[in-house]
Amino acid sequence: MIINHPLLGPRDASEFTYLGDASLIDRPDPEADDAAKQFHDYVYLRDNPVGEHRELWFHEHGDRSWLVVTRNTLTHEITRVELAKDVAIARGRRR
Amino acid sequence: MTQAFRLAKGGLVDRSQTLEFRFDGAAYNGHGGDTLASALLANGVRMVGRSFKYHRPRGIFSAGSEEPNALVELRRGARQEPNTRATMAELFGGLDARSQNYRGSLKYDLLAVNDLFSPFLSAGFYYKTFMWPKPFWEKLYEPAIRAAAGLGRLSREPDPDVYDKGYLHCDILVIGAGPSGLSAALTAGRAGVRVILADEDFRIGGRLNAETLGVNDMAGSDWADATRAELASMDNVRVMTRTTVFGAYDHGVYGAIERQTDHLPHSSGKPRQVLWRIYTRRAIVCAGATERSIAFPDNDRPGVMLAGGVRAYANRFAVGTGRSVSIFTNNDTGWRTASDLSAKGVPIAAIIDTREISPLAAPRGAAVVMGGRVTGTKGRHCVRSITLAGGQTIECDCLAVSGGWSPNVHLTCHQRGRPQWNEDIAAFTPGGDMPFGMRVAGAANGIYSLQNCLADGRETAVGILDEFGLNPPADDALTADEEAASISAFWHVREGKGRAFVDLQNDVTVKDIRLSHQEGFRSVEHLKRYSTLGMATDQGRTANVLGLAILAQASGKSIPETGTTIFRPPYTPVAIGAIAGRSRGKEFRSVRKTPGHRWAEKNGAKFVESGLWMRAQWFAREGETHWRQSCDREVRQTRASVGICDVTTLGKIDIQGRDAAEFVNRVYSNGFAKLPVGKCRYGLVLREDGLVMDDGTTARLGENHFVMTTTTANAVTVFRHLEFCRQCLWPGLDVHLISVTEQWAQAAIAGPNARKLLEKLVDPDHDISSDAFPFMACGEISVCGGVPTRLFRISFSGELAYEIAVPARYGNSLMAVLMQAGEEFGATPYGVEALNVMRIEKGHATGSELNGQTSARDLGLGRMMSDRKDYIGRVLSQREHLVREDGLKLVGFKPVDTAQELKAGAHFIAKGKEMTTENDEGWMTSVAWSPNLQTSIGLGFIERGDSRIGETVIAADPLREKSIEVEIVSPHFIDPEGERLRG
Repeated sequence: MIINHPLLGPRDASEFTYLGDASLIDRPDPEADDAAKQFHDYVYLRDNPVGEHRELWFHEHGDRSWLVVTRNTLTHEITRVELAKDVAIARGRRR
Repeated sequence: MTQAFRLAKGGLVDRSQTLEFRFDGAAYNGHGGDTLASALLANGVRMVGRSFKYHRPRGIFSAGSEEPNALVELRRGARQEPNTRATMAELFGGLDARSQNYRGSLKYDLLAVNDLFSPFLSAGFYYKTFMWPKPFWEKLYEPAIRAAAGLGRLSREPDPDVYDKGYLHCDILVIGAGPSGLSAALTAGRAGVRVILADEDFRIGGRLNAETLGVNDMAGSDWADATRAELASMDNVRVMTRTTVFGAYDHGVYGAIERQTDHLPHSSGKPRQVLWRIYTRRAIVCAGATERSIAFPDNDRPGVMLAGGVRAYANRFAVGTGRSVSIFTNNDTGWRTASDLSAKGVPIAAIIDTREISPLAAPRGAAVVMGGRVTGTKGRHCVRSITLAGGQTIECDCLAVSGGWSPNVHLTCHQRGRPQWNEDIAAFTPGGDMPFGMRVAGAANGIYSLQNCLADGRETAVGILDEFGLNPPADDALTADEEAASISAFWHVREGKGRAFVDLQNDVTVKDIRLSHQEGFRSVEHLKRYSTLGMATDQGRTANVLGLAILAQASGKSIPETGTTIFRPPYTPVAIGAIAGRSRGKEFRSVRKTPGHRWAEKNGAKFVESGLWMRAQWFAREGETHWRQSCDREVRQTRASVGICDVTTLGKIDIQGRDAAEFVNRVYSNGFAKLPVGKCRYGLVLREDGLVMDDGTTARLGENHFVMTTTTANAVTVFRHLEFCRQCLWPGLDVHLISVTEQWAQAAIAGPNARKLLEKLVDPDHDISSDAFPFMACGEISVCGGVPTRLFRISFSGELAYEIAVPARYGNSLMAVLMQAGEEFGATPYGVEALNVMRIEKGHATGSELNGQTSARDLGLGRMMSDRKDYIGRVLSQREHLVREDGLKLVGFKPVDTAQELKAGAHFIAKGKEMTTENDEGWMTSVAWSPNLQTSIGLGFIERGDSRIGETVIAADPLREKSIEVEIVSPHFIDPEGERLRG
């Protein structure tokens, strides 16, 4: 597979490490009343869709960017690659 | 030797070059341009092997990579290669080949007795027969089956050849250099895009070499030669012969194997084969089509061949495959084989066509039977005659069979494409869902006319150029001879006795397929696995469609309703050696050495792998013959005076930024926000699920500057985790990370004389007295007259100890200088064995305890989980089962009888209880011989361990048949108050 890194251009997938569902960016609020349930879901529950999937890849043998890759799990077509940091900020994560 | 079956003239072999070769010990001659198969046929060698299951005599069946029968052992000694297709082995002088799969001799094979038992050896035979009695499987059935099974033999020696890997990039990869491929490559090449044209054959041209059809008023093979020359002259085109594109992978990446020296007597040190990874924008599959057979009784006898192969041997290799050839066909191309052979002077005995149509033009003297069927063959080691449905017998020594052509759709299926049935040509053609950027042209796409193949190749290339926004080059309007190719599907002859083979390589017959269906294996995938149809090294290239058609008939369904098997890489077998490439032996994976490696080597270190790292395990002194002697001495000397250990392999992460303290505080479970500058602290990193990921010491070198250490094993994982936290969870924190593991060489100096030793090296403006530099202090100092140094007063051994870090380039001399300074104290270097003994004596956890299943509370480190802040893993670490009072606790163990030795991995069972899972209370994680305590000691997890000190339990080890009584003790065997390390 080839991942089109937003900063470095097309790179072979062997340079990356795969983590999984990009929902891992959405770490729950530890102070919430139901924090235990939210964290349980966050850590253990994943969707396993056929088709488009947003997932985290780490450019371990490269610039060490975490990327959010939108990949079709059926065809492996990659339609979007973003810096995870930008995605996290867009989802309201700051400090 | 005479080549009795070599035709007087013609062919694309070099008659001026005579090559001597051996087959089964006998010497023969062939010509340059021959394959082993064509040279054998030229010499009248008809029988070349025995079949896999029934050991029936088999001959050459085809002229290409689809060959199911003619598998031979090539070369001798370590270079011996089994299961080589004689049809793909290029002839060279001195080639030495042997037939396979028989006991005794090829002609009188003792295992041919299997053929007599064939009624018992039908589909599913193994599943049904060897079920009972159970113990017989391992001791009797399996060894007997293994001895009889298999085709060729391995040399059992290491492969002496070299294999390489390479990477190529192109705009268009053209797979196959037949008419469509040449036409496509020519169009793309002339347009100036980067083209790779790859073909598995050593000669460009494909069917143009095997047939007699002309292009542009030239002989087809001449046009192919001229085109190859034009392509070779273009800088933007790379023509690769002897190169099989075997797999289509994601995003336009292809795997190809190039056989660089297989056609030469010796590889002469050059890479034998190269595995290419080809990155493409587009690919055009011009892989052609493969002929298939018709199933009829005794259709496996040597001399029964595919008609297209017979035609190729005559036209390309100038070899007559018989003195008198008959044709059995369901389509027009069989007739063309007859006319080509006849034109070369090979007599045609008969043409039997299954169709009820008016006959095509037949050679003079050939009997023509329309609506005919071959119902049997005779001849011991080769066909002598055939019998027809009407009882008529025809003498002939070769029967050329054509059951139609199957497009080579393999690469189109390598992602998820499924071929679709095309009734007009009675074959599967590429369906949708093809790999990214792939197009198909010519016969692979079900287009059989030569003129249309040339046009299709060009049009496909033009279509791609259009997608690239490029103009196509001027059309030079290729014109070609035409031939008829109509077909009326006919699969198998029902009349006659004897077995009708479908899959020649795995000996699967029509009856086997019917039996599978009858026994409920009705899906194609089930049929395949039950009968082994298509599962041999040829992957059923000449058999699959035929098998499917017979299954369809048995189930009364159409072929599309019955389904199809799809294909996975590789298209043809790829040697494991080529996949390994240079990653063999020491080059299997990279090795990491610390800067002090050379010093350690010189000083008697024995090394052990720790991930990729090589770490000194112990340092053998003269007279020490057992590792325990060295290890015990290192431990005793360190605790008595001073020892030095290379700890460079620990992961080191440099953390800087205005929010560095906040960041560190969030990734450790214990507090770090208020750690003063110039201090270290031991910390625990949890995973978000609340279990321990890693531990280590982190030093605060400045207000906004920390250096974190990790265990050697988890260095990569922790760094990845920290980057995840930084980029994905808290992108607003001002903090930056970089791994500095390899930038700093680090050594531990431990023992009561550690400070005295260090003071000799530290430059005078730095005070490392206990008051100025107490336990857990850290600082940036200099040694040896200005070498920048980081000093940490931390202890893993439990002694007064320091870790000293210098830039990596000083690492090797650091070890030497430390040892020199330590000479007066009798300093000893120590390895990871002694390190391990001392940490067990001190009750420190490492990998065996931090195994990803244990919590901070299990480790006795519950107090390190802060309740004053959030940190990764906090919420889930409070789950019910992780905070239960009766959970596991890390404690120490001693054998009650100190003569006994503890074993890691033993499980704890209360005395008097049975050794069952229900009674399992925990397990031993680490053990060592303590030279200080003169007993075996261990660490382990046991339920409520902290409140059971003094109790005795059984450490059960039934696997090693050693279960002993052990006492639960404190995990701190030595200096529990920690007075030494504060000294």
